[in-house]
Amino acid sequence: MSAEASVPTVGAEASARPAAAATTRERRVPLAAIVAGAAAALFAVGLLVWGNPVPADQPGFWVIVQSRSVAVATIALVAAAQALATVLFHTATGNRILTPSILGFDALYTLMQTALVFVFGMAATQVEGVGKIVAQSALMVLFATLLYGWLFSGKRANLHVLLLVGVVLGVGFGSVSTFLQRMLTPSEFDVLAARLYGSIGRGNPEVLPWAALVVAAIAVWAWRRRAALDVIALGRDAATSLGLRYRREIVVLLVVVAVLVSVSTTMVGPMTFFGFLVAIMSYQFVSSDRHGQVLPVAVLLGLATLLGAYFVMQHVFAAAGLVSIVIEFVGGLAFLIVILRKGLR
Amino acid sequence: MITIEAVDKHYRATRALGPVDLEIASGGLTALVGPNGAGKSTLLTIVGRLLDPDSGRVRVGGLDVVTAKPRELAKVVSILKQENHFVARLTVRQLVSFGRFPHSQGRLTAADREAVDRALAFLDLEGFEERFLDELSGGQRQRAFVAMVLAQDTEVVLLDEPLAALDMRHAAAMMQRLRDAADELGKTIVLVVHDVNFASAYADRIIALADGRIVASGTPEEIMRPEVLSAVFDTPVDVVEHGGQRLAVYYRPDAVPAAAGTGSASASEH
Repeated sequence: MSAEASVPTVGAEASARPAAAATTRERRVPLAAIVAGAAAALFAVGLLVWGNPVPADQPGFWVIVQSRSVAVATIALVAAAQALATVLFHTATGNRILTPSILGFDALYTLMQTALVFVFGMAATQVEGVGKIVAQSALMVLFATLLYGWLFSGKRANLHVLLLVGVVLGVGFGSVSTFLQRMLTPSEFDVLAARLYGSIGRGNPEVLPWAALVVAAIAVWAWRRRAALDVIALGRDAATSLGLRYRREIVVLLVVVAVLVSVSTTMVGPMTFFGFLVAIMSYQFVSSDRHGQVLPVAVLLGLATLLGAYFVMQHVFAAAGLVSIVIEFVGGLAFLIVILRKGLR
Repeated sequence: MITIEAVDKHYRATRALGPVDLEIASGGLTALVGPNGAGKSTLLTIVGRLLDPDSGRVRVGGLDVVTAKPRELAKVVSILKQENHFVARLTVRQLVSFGRFPHSQGRLTAADREAVDRALAFLDLEGFEERFLDELSGGQRQRAFVAMVLAQDTEVVLLDEPLAALDMRHAAAMMQRLRDAADELGKTIVLVVHDVNFASAYADRIIALADGRIVASGTPEEIMRPEVLSAVFDTPVDVVEHGGQRLAVYYRPDAVPAAAGTGSASASEH
């Protein structure tokens, strides 16, 4: 209460302490990042070389490694895209329960694919290549931005309402998709199904470099904006007071999330809980909630989890097709546990 | 210096504020008082560009709060709202360091660290720097938020009910620190206060709002009068002097002398 106790000169002696004081509770490189990175690398190498029927000294060995590398790269890209998308989505929406998938981003993708085939028929499948993928992604991004940008702006942004609306929309998109699919010819449906239920085993080497480019560009962008992301996570009022155009930042983030989800869904189909699982694990494991720590840890954990799951399922249980089912099961359980423990906050 | 010209704000059909014209000179502590729903917080959040007015202009330090670049504005005016709930788990030092974002865009320089340390020291938070916010008491947490706003080092600091949820000791200490910030750091501090007696004891200037309009403004001596307060709050208020302070007494309307209460009837007309 005495004015003497709080004169600013006291600060001089405080600032004499080393700047490292700021980091006593956060490590420069989180332990989780090192462990997850090492595990991811190990599983990746394991997936490439383990159980190779050709001995390592013959040229055939490398042919097999090369063909497997498409699958490994696909897994890595999907993991990174899902991890980034979920963490950025949590930052944009100011909560850690919702995920893009729970709010129907995936279902929106399914609906758009179905609608394309429904409207243009087989013609939609004739055109192949990067241009079409770009056009599809652009449409997806446009819809997601309009829909969720509207949902998350203004006074409606109550978490319970959002969750409800999101789930209803997701189910609605799904039902409309199913309805449209019923009216397709069997051959059209066949084409659509092949596109919707992409899998790691049927990775598309043509799309891979482009997808990698997009995910890498977004990762670099997110890393460079990590300080601003920390501020955005403080919410509208604090972020605005600190000089950010909050609404524009949110829209940009939602666009980025939509791009990541569409990349991931294009490659392996919908995944509801994987991103959530990875995100909550990384929040647990890092000592600080800064994006400079959370983002790398989330990506590396995503890589380790998905690559590890494939490695184990393929080489231990010989049931690689079950990976997504197991991951969704574990992720769904984690989702329920978090909701029951923390409630909707 | 804050200039407010013909600002008004409607919620649905009801007018929440205005039209308000007001000038707040540089320096000193200005308190906004008034009954619930008078538009105090609305006015403060409009000046702090967290809310866009329906019409009118607000300029702070020569910048129009609606059209100026947010980043430039963030170096001139900072605002702290009453409710601050963050998803992220932050230490006190991390929180206060956010105040430097407009200056450093996240890359703290030596000067930024010094400013953070100064703000921490100014609010007696040394020793708590590495505590997480959820490990602090309400008073300490409120001090940490104010430290963040001071670290932002803006000429104008806007605070929405900084005393909410503080007990007597912490509320008085907080007001004393804000007084010091105005006197020693030369800040222009505008705050919404629920308790007029705090405004009376610490502010240089009191602005009273009722029904979205400014009904009185002036020094504490000019505002802390039975007839003025009775009209503003639409309830009988007596003012007593004790130890050089003017204090409003209103706890039992039936115990307020009739002379004080009469102001209510005539002044509440407008």
